[in-house]
Amino acid sequence: MTSGANPPPRFDMRGIRKTFGATVALAGVDLSVASGEVCGLIGQNGAGKSTLMSILAGALKPDSGEMFIDGVRYAPDNPLEARRAGIAMIYQALSLAPHLSVMENILMGAEPMRFGLVDRSTMRAMAARALADLGHDDISPDAPVGSLSVAAQQLVEIARAIAVGCRVLVLDEPTSSLGRDDVARLFHLLARLKAQGHAIVYISHFIEEVKEVADRFTVLRDGRNAGGGTTANATHDAIVSLMVGGDVGELFPRSPRTPGDTILEVAGLQPGSASFALRRGEIIGIAGLIGSGRTRLLRTLFGLSPVRSGRVRMAMFAGTATPNARWRQGMGLLSEDRTDEGLALGLDIANNLTMTRLSSFGAAGLLSPSRQRTAATTWIERLQIKCAGPGQSAGELSGGNQQKIAIARLLHHDVDVLLLDEPTRGIDVGSKAQIYRLIDELVAAGPGRTPKAVLMVSSYLPELLGLCDRIAVMHRGQLSDPVPAGTLSEHDLMMAATSGGPVA
Amino acid sequence: MTTRTLIERGGTFLGLVLVAVIFGALVGPQFFSPNNLELMARQTAIVSIAAVGMTVVIVSGGIDLSVGSIIALGTVVIALLLRSGASPFVAALGAVGAAAACGLVNGVLITQLRVVPFIVTLGTMLVIRGAAKGLAEERRIEAPESWLNDLLRVPRGGALLPTGIWAVIALALIVAGVLRYTRFGRHVFAIGSNERMARLCGVAITRTKVLVYVLTAAFAGVAGLLQFAKLSVGDPTVAIGLELDVIAAVIIGGGSLLGGRGTVSGTLIGAAIMTIIQIGCSQKGLANWIQQIVTGGIIVAAVALDRVRSADLMRTH
Repeated sequence: MTSGANPPPRFDMRGIRKTFGATVALAGVDLSVASGEVCGLIGQNGAGKSTLMSILAGALKPDSGEMFIDGVRYAPDNPLEARRAGIAMIYQALSLAPHLSVMENILMGAEPMRFGLVDRSTMRAMAARALADLGHDDISPDAPVGSLSVAAQQLVEIARAIAVGCRVLVLDEPTSSLGRDDVARLFHLLARLKAQGHAIVYISHFIEEVKEVADRFTVLRDGRNAGGGTTANATHDAIVSLMVGGDVGELFPRSPRTPGDTILEVAGLQPGSASFALRRGEIIGIAGLIGSGRTRLLRTLFGLSPVRSGRVRMAMFAGTATPNARWRQGMGLLSEDRTDEGLALGLDIANNLTMTRLSSFGAAGLLSPSRQRTAATTWIERLQIKCAGPGQSAGELSGGNQQKIAIARLLHHDVDVLLLDEPTRGIDVGSKAQIYRLIDELVAAGPGRTPKAVLMVSSYLPELLGLCDRIAVMHRGQLSDPVPAGTLSEHDLMMAATSGGPVA
Repeated sequence: MTTRTLIERGGTFLGLVLVAVIFGALVGPQFFSPNNLELMARQTAIVSIAAVGMTVVIVSGGIDLSVGSIIALGTVVIALLLRSGASPFVAALGAVGAAAACGLVNGVLITQLRVVPFIVTLGTMLVIRGAAKGLAEERRIEAPESWLNDLLRVPRGGALLPTGIWAVIALALIVAGVLRYTRFGRHVFAIGSNERMARLCGVAITRTKVLVYVLTAAFAGVAGLLQFAKLSVGDPTVAIGLELDVIAAVIIGGGSLLGGRGTVSGTLIGAAIMTIIQIGCSQKGLANWIQQIVTGGIIVAAVALDRVRSADLMRTH
C-alpha cells in the first residue's frame, strides 16, 4: 500500500454501500482524509452523512466497500473496536457523565492504576496535560463536568478523544449550540489539532463554517458522492448547487385552490420572530435547517412550548392556548417524532387514531369500543392503511402506515388548521405520494366543501416547492416573510437556510 | 395466529391452570373441594382488591408503594370510628374516604412536584404508616362487634360466598369496565403508553393522574375494610410489605411497569396464582421459605416469558 513517496491517507473509505430494507442509504461512497487535514462533509438531511460516519465509527456494518486506516485494512465489528483503532466521534449531544469530574471523564475507561486502585494524582496530571495540549489549561481537572459551559464540555470530550490516542476525529454539527466566541475558539483548536497531525472530519450544514475551517470538502447527495474539492476554490453558491443537484424530483398534485378567509394570524411571535397570515385553501411551507427553530414554532403555536411574546389568533380565538384548547378550536399538530410523540406504539390503531375525539363515541364519559373501531376502520380504508385491523398495535406497522394513522387523527378530528412537522420523513415512496395527494385534497377548492389550511415544516425542499403556495425560511430562530413558491428554486431556499440572507 | 393469540391473551390463565394442576396433584383432590376453594378466595380477597386498584396505576405508568400503609390506616380508622359509636356503614365510609385522601396527596405531589411516583409513594408509605401508628397510639384498637366482622365469614343460608368476596368481584368488574368503556380508561392507557402523545392529543394529564392515585388508594381502603373484617381490630402494623404482593399480582397478570399494559382479569389471575402457591404449600406441609422461593421464581419467570412473547411479536411483523 505504501508504495511511492506519498504516505497513504489517514483513513480511506472506498465504495461504501449500505441499504436498510429497500432504502439505499449509501450507494458506493468514497471518502478519504489525510493526516493533518480537515475535511468538511456536507449534504442535506438524509443524504447519508450520519450513515457513513456510523460505519466509520463501527456502529453499522457496510453491505460492501472497504476501509483503511494508515493503509491497514479496517473493518470494525463494534464501536469499541473503532475506538481502539483511533476513531473518535463528537456528537451534537455530548456523551459525558455530568456528575463526575473533568479528569474522570477524560480518562474514562483508561484510568491510570496503582496497586489496583485509581491513581488520582497521575490522573490529574494526565488530564491537565491533555487540556494544556488543547490550549485550555483554564479548565480545572477537578471541576464536575455538569458545572461547565457547553463549550467547555465539548472541549472535555475532545480532550478525552486526544487522551486515548485518537487518529481520526469526527465532529458532527459541533457549533450548533455554541456562541460566536466559542465557535472562534473551537476553530482555533481544530487548527491546532490539525497541526498535530490529526485527521478531522467536520460535518456541518453551515457552509460558511466549512469554508472557514476545512481544507477540503465532500458533498453527499442521495447516498452518493455529489462532488468535492478544496474549499479555497469553491463558492457558497457552487456548494449549494452540489447539495441540491439538478433533479426535478416527483410530480406533485395540485388541484385548483382558492384562498379564503384568514384562519391563523401570527404577529411578532417569539420564539421564532414569526409573522404571517394563513388562509383557508392555502399551504404555507417552512424551510430551514434542523435545529433552526422550525419545530419549536409549530409547538409554540400549538401550546406545547411557551410563548415569549407576540400575538396569535386562531379562527375567532385570540391568545395562547393549551393543546387541548387548540384541538377544540380546530387546530391539530402532526409531530415530527412519530415514534416518541406522534403515536403510542403499544396502543392499538383505533385508540391512536381517535384519542383527541373520544367524546364522539358515547355520552357522559362512556365510550363504545365498537363505534371507535368502526370510525377507525373508515379511515383505514380511506387512507389505504395496511394493517390487520383497528385492533392491531400501531408499533407493528411500517413507518408509512404509522404516519398515515398520525395524519388520520387530524382528519378524524376534522381540524381546520393542520400543523404538519416533517409529514413524510422516513417513509416509503408510495405512502409519500399518497400523503401528498391527501394534503392537496385538503386545501382544494370544490363545490360543497370548506378547504382547510396547512402550515408545514419540511427538510425535503422538492416537497415544499411542489406542494406549498408560499414558503418562509427559518434561519437561527428567525422566520422570514413567506414568499410565493412559484418564484423559488431549491437553490434559493438552501441559500437562505444556510446563510440567513433574504429569500430570493 | 390462533395459537399465538391464545398464548398472548391466555398466557397467565395457562399459568394458573398449571399451578393449580401441580398443587392439585401434590395435595390431592380435596385441594379443589368447595371449602378449600372458598378458603383461597377469602385468602386472596385483600390482595386482589388492592391489586385491582394497583392495575390502574401501573397501566398509567406509575406505581403506588403506599397501599400497605393505607390498608393499615383503614383498619385503624374503622376501629376508632366504631369505638366512638359511629355506625358500621359510616366507619367503612370513613376508612375509604381517609384512604382516598391519601391517594389525593400522592397524586398532587406526583403531578405538582414532578417527582417520580416511586419516590413520592415511598415517602408517603412511611408517612401514612406513621400516621396510622400515631392515630392508634401504637396499639391495636379493639372495636365493638358489627356486620363488618362478617364480611369474610362463610355466610349461613343461600349466599354462595362471603359478602366481601362478592364486593371484590363487583368492584373488579367495575374497574375492568372503566378501563375499557370510558374516556378516563382510554386516557389512562394513553398516558401510560406514551405520555408525550397524550399531551399532544390534549389529554388532561394532571387531572387524570390525580384521579388514578385517588382510585387506587380508595381500593386500598376497601382492602383495609376486608383486613379489618379478618382481624376484627384496628392494627397499625398490619400489611407491612403487602404492597409488594399487590404489585407482584399485577405483574404476573401481564401488567408492565413501563405502563400502557395490564388487565383486571390478568391481575386477578396473578393474585390467584400467588394464593394457590401459598395455600398449596402450607397444605402440603411445605415450609414458608419454599413458598417464598416459588413465588419469587414465578414473578421473574412471568416477566421473562412476557418479554420473549413481545420479542416474538416484534419479529413476526
